[in-house]
Amino acid sequence: MSQVELKDITKRFPTVTALQDVSFSFAHGEFFVLLGPTGAGKTTTLRIVAGLEKQDSGTICMDGQSIDRRTPAERDVAFVFQQYSLYPTMTVYDNLAFPLRSPLRRTPEPQIKIRVEEAAEKLRIAHLLKRRTAQLSGGEMQRVAIGRAIVREPRLFLMDEPLSNLDAKLREALRVELKHLQKTQGSTTLFVTHDQIEALTMADRIAVLNEGEVVQQGTPDDIYDRPATTFVAQLVGTPKINLLAASRRDGTVHVRGSGLRVPASRYALPETFLMGVRPEDIRPDPQGPFGAEVTLIEPLGVETILHLKADELPLLSLVPGMAPQRVGDRIRFAIVQEKLHFFGLDNRRIAEERT
Amino acid sequence: MQMATIELQKVEKRFGDSHAVKPLDLTIRDGEFVVLLGPSGCGKTTTLRMISGLEAVTGGKILLNGKDVTWNHPSERDMAFVFQFYALYSHLSVRQNIAFPLQAQGMKRDAVDRRVKEVVDILRIQHLLRVRPGKLSGGDQQRVALARALVRQPSAFLMDEPLGALDAELRESMRAEIKNLHIAQHATTVYVTHDQVEAMALGDRIVVMSAAEVQQVGTPIDVYYNPANLFVARFIGSPGMNLIKGRYEAGAVRLPGDNRYPVPAPWSSPLANALAGQPEVVLGFRPEAATVTPQGALSGEVYATDMHGGYTVLHVNVNENEIVHIRSDRQTSFGMGARVRFDIDAEMVRFFNPQTEAALRREAAR
Amino acid sequence: MARFEERGPRVPVAHPTRVDKVHPKAQATRRVVAFVSVVVAVIMLLPVLIMGITAFKSRGDVMVSPPKILFKPTIEGFVYLFTERAVANAARLEEMESNAKAGKLSLFNRIALQSGQEITGPSSYVFRLWNSVIIAGLSTVASVVLGLFAAYAFSRFKVPGKDDLLFFILSTRMLPAVVVTIPLFLMYRQLGLHDRHLGMIILYTVFNLSFSVWLLKGFIDEIPKEYEEAALVDGYTRLQAFFRIVLPQAVTGIAATTVFCLIFAWNEYAFSLMLTSQRARTAPVSIATMMGRGGIEWTAIAAGSLGFLIPVVVVTFALRKYLLRGITFGAIRG
Repeated sequence: MSQVELKDITKRFPTVTALQDVSFSFAHGEFFVLLGPTGAGKTTTLRIVAGLEKQDSGTICMDGQSIDRRTPAERDVAFVFQQYSLYPTMTVYDNLAFPLRSPLRRTPEPQIKIRVEEAAEKLRIAHLLKRRTAQLSGGEMQRVAIGRAIVREPRLFLMDEPLSNLDAKLREALRVELKHLQKTQGSTTLFVTHDQIEALTMADRIAVLNEGEVVQQGTPDDIYDRPATTFVAQLVGTPKINLLAASRRDGTVHVRGSGLRVPASRYALPETFLMGVRPEDIRPDPQGPFGAEVTLIEPLGVETILHLKADELPLLSLVPGMAPQRVGDRIRFAIVQEKLHFFGLDNRRIAEERT
Repeated sequence: MQMATIELQKVEKRFGDSHAVKPLDLTIRDGEFVVLLGPSGCGKTTTLRMISGLEAVTGGKILLNGKDVTWNHPSERDMAFVFQFYALYSHLSVRQNIAFPLQAQGMKRDAVDRRVKEVVDILRIQHLLRVRPGKLSGGDQQRVALARALVRQPSAFLMDEPLGALDAELRESMRAEIKNLHIAQHATTVYVTHDQVEAMALGDRIVVMSAAEVQQVGTPIDVYYNPANLFVARFIGSPGMNLIKGRYEAGAVRLPGDNRYPVPAPWSSPLANALAGQPEVVLGFRPEAATVTPQGALSGEVYATDMHGGYTVLHVNVNENEIVHIRSDRQTSFGMGARVRFDIDAEMVRFFNPQTEAALRREAAR
Repeated sequence: MARFEERGPRVPVAHPTRVDKVHPKAQATRRVVAFVSVVVAVIMLLPVLIMGITAFKSRGDVMVSPPKILFKPTIEGFVYLFTERAVANAARLEEMESNAKAGKLSLFNRIALQSGQEITGPSSYVFRLWNSVIIAGLSTVASVVLGLFAAYAFSRFKVPGKDDLLFFILSTRMLPAVVVTIPLFLMYRQLGLHDRHLGMIILYTVFNLSFSVWLLKGFIDEIPKEYEEAALVDGYTRLQAFFRIVLPQAVTGIAATTVFCLIFAWNEYAFSLMLTSQRARTAPVSIATMMGRGGIEWTAIAAGSLGFLIPVVVVTFALRKYLLRGITFGAIRG
């Protein structure tokens, strides 16, 4: 297992710059997640680390040594693709054994058998060893794909959205299994996804990627509690954060397009800026200072999403359990002021003043 | 839009000996948004396709407003189908894509233009009319697909996992758009998904399916708070309901790890009756129904904690790798291996028969 | 406990399942259409059937008008095709007859006896047939193998001017053979390749390459490149990945390409006629020229044509499993 560092990786394609000075590093045994929307450059980054693509500039170091000149085989990394990684003409056993049979490794057959069966046990696919991969379900296929990565015991695991093609429920189950596996094996993993729940629940640390640039790096708590830009604030957290245009007047924050007012004293705010309120911090309250109309209700069981309209301003509110409100009701609500986020018009976070 | 009540009577689909869909009865009321929910392979998409005519039934009848349409060609059923992968014509512009179904029916030019404009305004894609679908983002493509379905003003909309191909972030906003659209248009909709969050958010009623059979039909509140069996209990909710096997003895359930849960009053006689003869029972509670408290009746060891944004999920090991999930706030934190005690909300606890997997009913409040 | 695992892979269904296709009326219509199709097919195949029958008729039966449908089958035609005969003198004839009575005369000789001849050796046709086998066989193998490597390169690598090159390759097929025959003749004459097996093999390979590269590229394009990349990351070289992963999945494409290349090379007439004479002449030309040896030997020609068909039919039949790709009208989960 190893420590990996990417420095100023840039990659240009004929029509677009996929990556611009991407730098991040992660330590031995860490589960590092690259989070970003489709097209942000996450897969490209992963492929560059694997050696399947060559970067235009920048270096990658593993355990202090540059691996830029090494072929994919020499880098000793395992790659789990989103799909199409299992060889359809072989059985599950042969698929799992394939990496070990490569000329680079030349593992003897008895050893192969032990390693394959071990990996199959860990992923609960031991009963499938004799089946052809074409006869497996999606979830089983991804388990085999992960198994094939594990058998090799490589220095680094690279995973390209391996759960994205699975059913929601399967994703949940496999997420927990994968995290558990990673923790017990202590394997250094670079995991790519567009799903922020996957990132928050699985990662030790996250790097948020947007249009080829690293926008923020940190632990899940950092990313969620202190998003560095409005992009990060909107990417992480369901439902999406309420981002409101506002201005400062006489020590009070005036939210444009509504009567929402909040005291401004703790922050070094410019005249106009953006205020972020997470839906769970907007709470219906009969004594609340603000009023709104309910325009849509999404009951999720454990909680309910209320779509509100305060004057002309659309807001999202998240309340626990069932909500008694109905579409069309007028309600009163309050905002939790300790949890507000402020961003300048350049979309960057405005830090709190130290009191 | 016209009225559209869809009735499925003993509709089934079999291939030789195996069933893709076991005989199913369902009535979808006019203007209702019904979601067919289940894991891949449960038969939900096959059912939807049978309603549309893309799949022929091997048994049963399908009625639209009382008329038997079981053998009608898909184009004669007055239903619009929205696919997961949009199926937009890549060589036509957005406007031509939307106008296509109407032109195919032979509508006059001005009528077509008028309808297209209406629909385009509803979905707010006026700025995309001249663009080719290949150049659009996933969300916009889906809006165009919806527009193309809407423009026909059909009696019913059939949607096959329309949000499946979108990024997680986009799925959320498109979900609200679809719901708003439904409230405005009030058209009968049958919607297929494997994502229970989508089903809960959108459905007036949810049909939970598994292994070709209907497990439960009910409103989101029904399936969430009163799941009919172990499958529904586990499938709805993220994570699903915690289900632990125990033994019922004298007013309490013995759970693994030396835990003893005193059964709330309304459950004592149902339990005694249902379990006559054998004491095994399954206890169920949702993650948010448990509260960590030093005086809690049950105990376990913290195995892992997951950060979910606004809240944390504790994975608590009650005994030998029987893990339960407890929802907790972000403030309290526990180290790995810490022993915790917790309580279960008496209103939210549920019991199931381990053999039949069916839920037990508690006594009604007196 | 309650499992929500998926229910297994989608089971493809081989028959259409849409409402209008499954309806009893539609099924009856389908049966009628099938019957009519068979009838039309038989009518289309009539010339081939007639040729087949002619191969087994005797010389006399062939000439009769209107043509005989019921006749006594004989393999006279094959004998004329495969052997050289000479008129035997009276003494030889007697000898042969006594041998025949004793059961010691071969079948072919017995038939030759009926017209007062004896077999002197194999005809030139046998030799020409063998030429066909060598030339068509080797050129097919060459065009498929070379085409496979070229197709893989075009599919996976960044080749400068790829689109232009591909078009150029395709354009070689656009030429009618007749147009290039004269220049080729002159070229071959100069190079000493005229009437040589090597010359014909090279020619057929070149002509088939355009087809094989295009066809195989299409098949290889459909194989997701993630498969090979996984192998690369696991420690295999590109070549090993090619043999172990791409090849097994491209079998259908290779089979289809082989069949088509073989059919072209096997049946090729124009080039063979112009560019060969004695040594490298192939069977199709040979059959045609049998017309001019003391009368038209219809039975021999029919026998030759029929025999010529058979190897291609056999090869196609042997590869039929690989040629039939799974055709699904609807994929249903079990």
